[in-house]
Order: sequence, then structure tokens, then C-alpha cells
Amino acid sequence: MAPPLMELRDITKRFPGVLANDSVSLSIEPGEIVALLGENGAGKSTLMNVVYGLLSADKGEVRIEGDAVHIRSPRQAIDLGIGMVHQHFMLVPPLTVTENIVLGNEPAHAGVIDFSQAREAVRDISKRYGLAVDPDAVVQDLSVGMQQRVEILKALYRGARILILDEPTAVLTPQEVKGLFEVVRSLVTEGLSVVFITHKLEEVMGLADRVVVMRDGRVVGETRPSETDMAGLARMMVGREVVFRVEKKASGRGDTILEVDDLKVLDERGLEAVKGVSFEVCTGEIVALAGVGGNGQTELVEALTGLREAVGGTISLKGKDFTHAAAREIIAAGLSHVPEDRHRRGLVLDFDLSENVILGDHRRAPFARHGVLDFAAVTDVARKRIADYDVRTPSERVKASALSGGNQQKLVLARELGRDPDLLVAAQPTRGLDVGAIEFVHSQILAERDRGKAVLLVSLELEEIQILADRILVIFEGRIVKEFAAGEASDEDLGYYMTGGSGEKLAFDAEEVRSADDGVDA
Amino acid sequence: MTESMHEMTIRRLLAIVRELAVPIVSVVIAMVIGSIIMLISGFDPVAAFSALLKGSFGGGRQIGETMLRATPLMFTGLAVAYGFRAGLFNIGAEGQLFMGGLSAAWLGIVLAGLPRPLNIVLMILAGAAIGAAWAFIPALLKARVGAHEVITTMMFTYIGRYIVSWLVTGPLKAPGQIPQTDVLPTESTLPKLHEVTAFLPISRAHLGFAIAVVLAMFVWWVLKYTSLGYESRAVGYNPWASETGGISVSATTVKALCISGALAGLAGVTEVMGVHLRLFDQFSPGFGFTGIAVALLAKNNPIGVIAAAILFGALSAGGGTMQLEAEVPQKVIFVIQALIIFLVAAEQIARWIIGRASREGVEHAG
Ligand SMILES: Nc1ncnc2c1ncn2[C@@H]1O[C@H](COP(=O)(O)OP(=O)(O)OP(=O)(O)O)[C@@H](O)[C@H]1O
Ligand SMILES: [Mg+2]
Repeated sequence: MAPPLMELRDITKRFPGVLANDSVSLSIEPGEIVALLGENGAGKSTLMNVVYGLLSADKGEVRIEGDAVHIRSPRQAIDLGIGMVHQHFMLVPPLTVTENIVLGNEPAHAGVIDFSQAREAVRDISKRYGLAVDPDAVVQDLSVGMQQRVEILKALYRGARILILDEPTAVLTPQEVKGLFEVVRSLVTEGLSVVFITHKLEEVMGLADRVVVMRDGRVVGETRPSETDMAGLARMMVGREVVFRVEKKASGRGDTILEVDDLKVLDERGLEAVKGVSFEVCTGEIVALAGVGGNGQTELVEALTGLREAVGGTISLKGKDFTHAAAREIIAAGLSHVPEDRHRRGLVLDFDLSENVILGDHRRAPFARHGVLDFAAVTDVARKRIADYDVRTPSERVKASALSGGNQQKLVLARELGRDPDLLVAAQPTRGLDVGAIEFVHSQILAERDRGKAVLLVSLELEEIQILADRILVIFEGRIVKEFAAGEASDEDLGYYMTGGSGEKLAFDAEEVRSADDGVDA
Repeated sequence: MTESMHEMTIRRLLAIVRELAVPIVSVVIAMVIGSIIMLISGFDPVAAFSALLKGSFGGGRQIGETMLRATPLMFTGLAVAYGFRAGLFNIGAEGQLFMGGLSAAWLGIVLAGLPRPLNIVLMILAGAAIGAAWAFIPALLKARVGAHEVITTMMFTYIGRYIVSWLVTGPLKAPGQIPQTDVLPTESTLPKLHEVTAFLPISRAHLGFAIAVVLAMFVWWVLKYTSLGYESRAVGYNPWASETGGISVSATTVKALCISGALAGLAGVTEVMGVHLRLFDQFSPGFGFTGIAVALLAKNNPIGVIAAAILFGALSAGGGTMQLEAEVPQKVIFVIQALIIFLVAAEQIARWIIGRASREGVEHAG
């Protein structure tokens, strides 16, 4: 029998205070799609970073086609045919697609980059694998899904035979996820192998040939989608039964807390992203803002939280005008904000966990008195939040950058919910969380509501919206185009309004692909 | 989940060792390369370094000289380090230093006849204030219109230096040929360290050194244990997350650059009050700029600044002895200083060497 394409043997990696990988063995066959599943902090990213040469293992070996190899840098991994797409893309935004793809491997004559040859090469692979993309487009103008495509092309251009995708779907819209899956399927028919990390069980069921489940740094099981179901996967992962739909009582809607009237907000480029939005959020209810990413949600949330100036309309909180208030005043008025991007806005990655826990409250008792921080109080509260939200960490003194992606998200939630706000504005609150953690966060958000607090939930995920929302507002191109009560709308109804209510959803997708195709054929 | 106290202590110690490794390795490598240069040029590095050591730590007077030369670098190093912690590059510490020196030279005369402790306190406060003021306009420009502080603080350095040049040749000039201000009366000067502490040997070191050390510890405390320091560091690390957490990035920027300016101003105050006792055009040989190197070597840690400033002070104090006794030109000192700066800046090189060494250690052990 031929040796597997790639084999990991007894990989062990220890971080200070954490055994992230504990004798992990795993093999990947040619043309196989392997899903790597596991709780937040189980060690999935660590394992893949070892394979890609970003981390060096303390013990164990990697074999490619039976030969033991020493991978000490991504460069070597690439030379061995391993490609990796990180959750946070590593593209250069102002450069074109072609420039990004060939970066580091430019075809050149006497030191001069041959761009026409580069463009040809990009076209060739993009045709071969069915990854339509315009080679001359500038990366910063592309959608997240397209940028991810560029990342994949980059790996293919460098000759990847094994492609690792770390939570590739966490930032994608449902339509983009479909596109990605088609790409992955076409890659394996071309003989590549794909390892993908995800927390979404339906993706595992729909795409994987084989599922490897990790817990606490070890492989705890291996199965095939045909031999199990989502509940079975969840049980393997978390070690207990998981309810996917948390219990929800009827809403006890009360007084208006947030009132937004004819709000207008500009985006980075000075274009109107929010075009006169009016709505209200009351105590005891969860209002969800449903929409395809990039329809003004980010700008709306930033205006509500004092991070972006409104150019028209008003925002009032508890009856007082907060249209031009600073973030500090808004926080003090009882608003908590879970930002959509935990690395950019949610955390100071170089701060330790306790310092992150007090961000926003760092001038208030009990954390500060007369401008002096009381670290005993800070540590107390930090420990409590870490325990309450099951943030997996050796201590509250490690930097936030040392947490796994999902645990970073839990830390943000622990801080914002732990503050006991009157109004919670949560954008993508469960992004990157495992099923157990999602269940917990959903029950926390519902508990807030049941205690008479108000919640504005912004999510790209219809499932989350359907589970939590008492009212659903659909946003499209900066306007609220439709309102539904809980249980009133099917996913299809929502999808219809989210794409402009013209039933052009499919045409819209096809157009994107077609215009990219034009680029390829031009 | 939780680890034992023992594990935690070990982890912290390891972290400290790792922090110190790069600066120390950089200094050692710089000295090795310096030695090679001396060998190639036909000098004896062993003789040179022993002379250097003798000239900087060989006796009470020599140690005092090292302290004297470390003093202004400690202030400017602190100034630059505080700025860096808030994500600001205060390249204009030199200008703030000149303004601090100017205020001391002027105020010292005005306050003549008043009690010495009062004068010292007032002159220090005034120097810090004018240093802060000199940084305030660049800070405001940064906060309001985003003008980069590297450009603006540098411009203000030129303005400050020319103001001093003009004043010492004109309005504030003491009678005589030399363009300098009047000498300060004793009650407007800093006492020598051996005058205030009975047990220290006689040297030129003055009270400014003690002030700098205490201030370094205070700045360390401010950064770590106050809301102000917390906000400065938060903005330095991640302005978007800071803003989201209700911190005003522009107000924090203004405060941090002013604090940096105040610290730099004190370098000028103590040089005038403790060393020259008057002001002239060339009273600082670029302490503000060397402060950048000190901050880099200290990795922007205020306690590290104490050590880094003493090292630079020692190199400067011992350089003369080295030239005299080992006949190695003092310029070699500049080469070594430049190498240290280069190596710390090119931290990756040092990290790489350390990484290799420890990896090999592990492999041999395993
Ligand atoms: N750079 C680091 N320094 C210290 N500890 C780390 C570091 N990176 C990861 N860890 C720890 O290793 C463990 C595994 O982390 P890893 O990122 O591999 O988890 P993961 O399975 O990818 O989780 P998630 O689903 O949340 O992304 C975690 O407990 C984490 O705290
Ligand atoms: Mg991960």
C-alpha cells in the first residue's frame, strides 16, 4: 500500500501552561477532504500552523509521501506542496490580484517582473480550477469571498497539493460559502487534498470525506459524514449532548431604549452607507438586523456606538439625544458593543486578559480609584469572567494574542455582557465559536432579554437570527426594507428582501461570476 | 486549567529572561565587533575595554562621571520611551530639551536670592511645563489634522534651537565675548550628590541623577498602574480597540506627547542646573537623539531606560580613558554605540541567533 500523501505522527506542541497538541497523529490521502473539528482551543490551528511551518513542534514528525520532512518555515512548506489560507487574509490590499498571487515568486527576466507572463499564469490556474477572478482587479475592492479566492489561487500558483483552510467560512456570506464549496470540490477532482477547519457542523456533513475530531489537544475520534449526524458530531466534540435551539420564552417588550430616526452615515470613501434608517429597540426584546454583509450594517453600528459621525438624523438612548456623543459617554449610558472584528476593535492583543477585561471600565470603580488601577479588583473580576465564559487559558496574565480564535471571541463577550448593559449591540457575536459556546452565548443573550435588557443583534447568519430575534429588520443597501415579527419569515423570505426584494438573488450571483469571467477571457 | 504558583513564577522569570536576552546579546555582539575592528586597526581590544571599564567604573570619581553622563540620557530615553508606548515617535526630544534648558537658565537668574529647595522645585516644574508646551503644538496638529509627529517635533527642534541661539547671542547674553547666559547663582543649581549624601565619594554627579532614577520608576508605575498609562499603552497597541473601549485617541495622543515633552524638558533643566550652570548654544551634544537609542535598547521599559542610560553614560565616560591609556581613538566608542543601536533595531538578527542557540540546546538535550 502506498504511503499517505501526508502523515503527522505524534505531533506535540506545548505553550507556556498549555499542552496545545498532545501526540496528534493524522493522515491525509490524495484527493481527500478532511474536516478538522473541535472545541475552541482544542488545538486545531496550532496543529495546522505546525504543518505550515509557522510553529515548530516540540516532538513528532511530518511525512510527505512516506518521507520524513523538517518544516521550519512556510517557505519550506510551500516547497513541499503545502498551502494554507488563514482566517485573517495575508494579502496586500492596494496591489492587484496578479501582483498578490505572484508576490514572492515573480516570473522575472533579469530582475524585471514579467507581468504579462504572470497574468497568463494566473489565468491558467484560475481556468484550470474554475476559480473565476479578474487578474487586474485591485484586492481592496474585492469582496471577502473573492479575496479568499485570491488566497487560494496564491497557494495553487505556488504548487500546493495539500490545501489547509482555517475557518474559511467564518467570514463568508451563505452564497459565498456555496461558491467556496464548489471550488473545494473542483480542487479535489484535480487531485488536491484539502484540510478544512470549521465549527459549522452542516458544512462538515456537506463537504467532508472524513472528519477528525480534536479535544484538549488530542484526537478523540474519527468518522465519516455517512456514519454519523450533526448531533453525533457535536457529542464527539463537546463530550455531551448539545441543544442547537435554546429555549425561548415570549418577549416581555417594554419601554423604548434606543430610538434611531432617519439616520444617515457615510462610509470610508465618503459615500452614504446608511441612507435614512429609523427603528427602535425596547427593553425585553431582541431586534435582529439581517442583511448581506456590506449593506451598511458596519457603519450603522459604528454610528450607534459613537465610533462614526452621523451626517443626518438622530440617535437617542433612554430618551436622551446621543447623536453626537463620544463612545465613552455611550458606554457610560449603559451600552455594550460586541464589534464584528475582534482583532481590530474587540481586543488589544498585546494586553493580557485582565487588562482586556476592563477595557471601557478602566476609569471606573472598582477597577480604578482616583486614576489608579486596583489590580486586585481587576484580577478578581477577570478570573470570574474567564470562568463564567469558559475562556480556555492557563491564567489571566497571558496576552490575548495567545488565546485561540474562539476564546478571544468569548473574552470579548465576557467583557461586554459581564458589564450588565441596558442595551447590547452585538455584531456577529458567535463568529468563530464552537457549537457548545454558541449554545451558551445564545442562552446568555436570551437571559439578558428576559431580565428586561434590550439587544440589537447584527448577524449574517439567518439561523442565529431565527433562533434569537423577536423582531427582524432586513437591511439592504443602507435602508431597512422590511420588518418581520419572530417566526413570521422563512429563510427564503429573508433572503428575498436581503437581496433587494427583486428576486434577483441568483442573477446577482451569476453576474458576479460572469464579470469575473470576462476578466479571465479578456 | 489553573497552574501552580510555582509554574507561574517560572514562567514569569522565563519571560523576563527572554525580554532581557535581545538587548544583552546586542551589546555583547557590538563589543565583539568593536574588538574585531580594533584588532584589524592594530589596537589591543583587551587593553581598550579594561581602560574603558576603569574610566567608567574604576573608582568613585569615575562612577560619578558615568552617572553624570547617564542623567540627561535617562530623561530623554524616558521621554522617547513614553512616546513609543503610546505609539508616538517623539524624534524632537532635543528641541524640548533646549526649551527646558532655556527656562532653567532664565528662571534661575530671576529667582536669585530665594531658598534653594524652592528654586529647584520651581525650575523643574517650569522646565517640564515648557517641554510639554513645546510638544503640545505638534501633538495638537497630530490629533486634529493627523500631521505626523516625526515631522512636526523635528521642526520644533529647529525652532527651539534657533530661539536658544538667538537668545544666548542677544537678549540673554552675559557680558563678555562668549555667547552664553549668566552663570546661575548657587541657590538655582542642583547640588552634587556627594554634597547631599555624606557617604558618596566626591564626583561631578549631581542630584539630577537621583531625580531621573526616581522618575523612571514613577513613569514605570504610571504606565502599568494608572488609567492614564493604561490608555496610553492601549492606544499605542491598538487605537481602534481603544476607541471602541471609549478611550479618546486624540486626547490620549496629546497627553502622551506632552508627557514625553515634559520628560525631555527635564534633561535640559538638569544639564543647566547640574553641569553647565548656564546656557549656551552647544550645551547638548544631541542627548535628545541619543535618547532614541536608549529607549530602543531599553525596549521602551522605563526601568530598562535606567540601565541603558547608564551603559551609554559609561561608554561616554570611559571613552576618554580608553583613548588616553590604550590609545584607541574615542571614535571607536561611537562605532560600538552605533552597532548597539543597529543590532537592537535589527532585533530579528539577535532573535535568530538566540533561537538557534536554544533550539540546538534542546536538540542536544533531547
Ligand atoms: N501563541 C500562543 N501562545 C500561547 N498559547 C497559545 C498560543 N497559540 C495558541 N495557544 C493555546 O493553545 C491552545 C490551542 O489553540 P488553537 O489556536 O490551536 O485552538 P483552536 O482549536 O484553533 O481553537 P479555535 O476554534 O478557538 O480557533 C489554546 O489553549 C491556546 O490558548
Ligand atoms: Mg483556531
